[in-house]
Amino acid sequence: MRNPYDGVAIVGAYNTVQAKQLPSWTEQGLVLDAIRGALGDAGLTPDDVDGVNISSWVTRIASRTTAQWFGGRPAWTGNASPGVEGVLEAAAAIQTGQAETIVIATAQCGEYTDRESTVSWTRPENEFVECWGLYTAAEFALMAQRHMHLYGTPRAALSEVAASIRSNGALNPDAVFFGRECSPAEVEASRMVADPFHLLDCCIASEGGAAMVLTTAERAKDLDCEPIYILGGGMDRQGMSYVTAPVWERYGWVGRRAMEMTFEQSGLSHKDIDFAEFYDPFSFEIIRQLEAFGFCKEGEGADFVLEGRIRIDGDLPVATNGGIMSYSHAGVAQLLQKPIAAVHQLRGKMPPELRLHEPKVALATNGGSGALFCDVMALGKEPV
Amino acid sequence: MSAPQIPLPRPTPISKPFWDACKEGRLTVQQCGDCGAYTFIPQPCCGACTSEKLAWVESSGRGTLYSYSTVYRPQQPVFETPYTVVVVEMEEGYHMLSNLIGVEPEDVEIGTPLEVFFEEKSEEITLPYFRVRVEG
Repeated sequence: MRNPYDGVAIVGAYNTVQAKQLPSWTEQGLVLDAIRGALGDAGLTPDDVDGVNISSWVTRIASRTTAQWFGGRPAWTGNASPGVEGVLEAAAAIQTGQAETIVIATAQCGEYTDRESTVSWTRPENEFVECWGLYTAAEFALMAQRHMHLYGTPRAALSEVAASIRSNGALNPDAVFFGRECSPAEVEASRMVADPFHLLDCCIASEGGAAMVLTTAERAKDLDCEPIYILGGGMDRQGMSYVTAPVWERYGWVGRRAMEMTFEQSGLSHKDIDFAEFYDPFSFEIIRQLEAFGFCKEGEGADFVLEGRIRIDGDLPVATNGGIMSYSHAGVAQLLQKPIAAVHQLRGKMPPELRLHEPKVALATNGGSGALFCDVMALGKEPV
Repeated sequence: MSAPQIPLPRPTPISKPFWDACKEGRLTVQQCGDCGAYTFIPQPCCGACTSEKLAWVESSGRGTLYSYSTVYRPQQPVFETPYTVVVVEMEEGYHMLSNLIGVEPEDVEIGTPLEVFFEEKSEEITLPYFRVRVEG
């Protein structure tokens, strides 16, 4: 199979300021800053945009509203969530000629006000989960406990994952947790949230925005920017997030089909992947993705991480910007920030201590076991 | 003012038979009239064969502890911590989420035999919970 996205290039990728809270910002302001930043990165202007997928968490900005912001020039609007799913949707629209240049942008601020409860996006209202006190950490914990029971996955492996990712964020001046070094012992010393997850096993809640610009590979040649190519991608959706019971034997390998599709489209295999912006909502999820995607055998993800292989100097660095554990988790902007992190790393735009040596191919993922969905895409410096 | 209440289910047309049965102290599940598979949570067609010939049947209410997490940071402050959330593998083979009641966090163990019991929360809602089942 040939790469179905071979006519498309990512030409702009931009994150606004990220922080625990951004009281002086509005979501509209963040979205506009993100759009300007990504277009500027691409060397384009709003006049060039004929497709938009723009959203916000609290104020629910709609793509068709922002088409109007752009004076009615955009013809195409996207509906997918603005992560791997949204990037693939936009790429397909460009590939099929529905649009030439698409901006995906999203932002969240002002959502997390009731600090006595967990943040809203962790606890969807549903009659079969809410009344028993479930929320995302507990849902992923139910998967982790079953995996630990089946394979003897040690606590130390979870701590190593969290410490690896948080150590990357500590070195990233743009990360919400910049400067917050983290050792495995500190992970285990942090307070318990939902057994087996301690506080530092869990991602953060923060505010910010992000945007990406895609155009045709042909157009990209004329722009003053370094294009990054989509080499393949796929989705794996098995049920409703945080509603259906997270049963390991049914859903534990979610994402495997998406990874297989990505490899088939791109002609790549595991050895070609230089780094992975894996979705890191909880430490265990990295161990699971390594196994689900075939980077190691089922049950051997703990050994993989305990050998230091996902560290920034390992052979498969994971969440190189600090991920959603340390960089930022702002509503659904965090989904888009996975492919954005891959673009920045492939372009050599990371801080020196986090810059990998001439990386060529990256993975970006969204979703995980507790969420019953997992999407995958591969990005590269050169088209395939 | 009454004591703060945990968030209670708001039944839908599809789930109402389940919650009505709970009020009567019965745990029910949808079973397919074509292939015999059980489907939970409630939906308009069979999860195994998509047949719409679904009937509500009574579950034995017995199962085993499939996975668990003891929660120390509550979803909302109205939940008293720690509390243990569980996936129960029911005798019929389907899985459901609930809380395990009456077991200290350090004693929770996968594979423990469990049984359902009910607690009335409001006029409309009675919730199913699980406790350790003593064999005999």
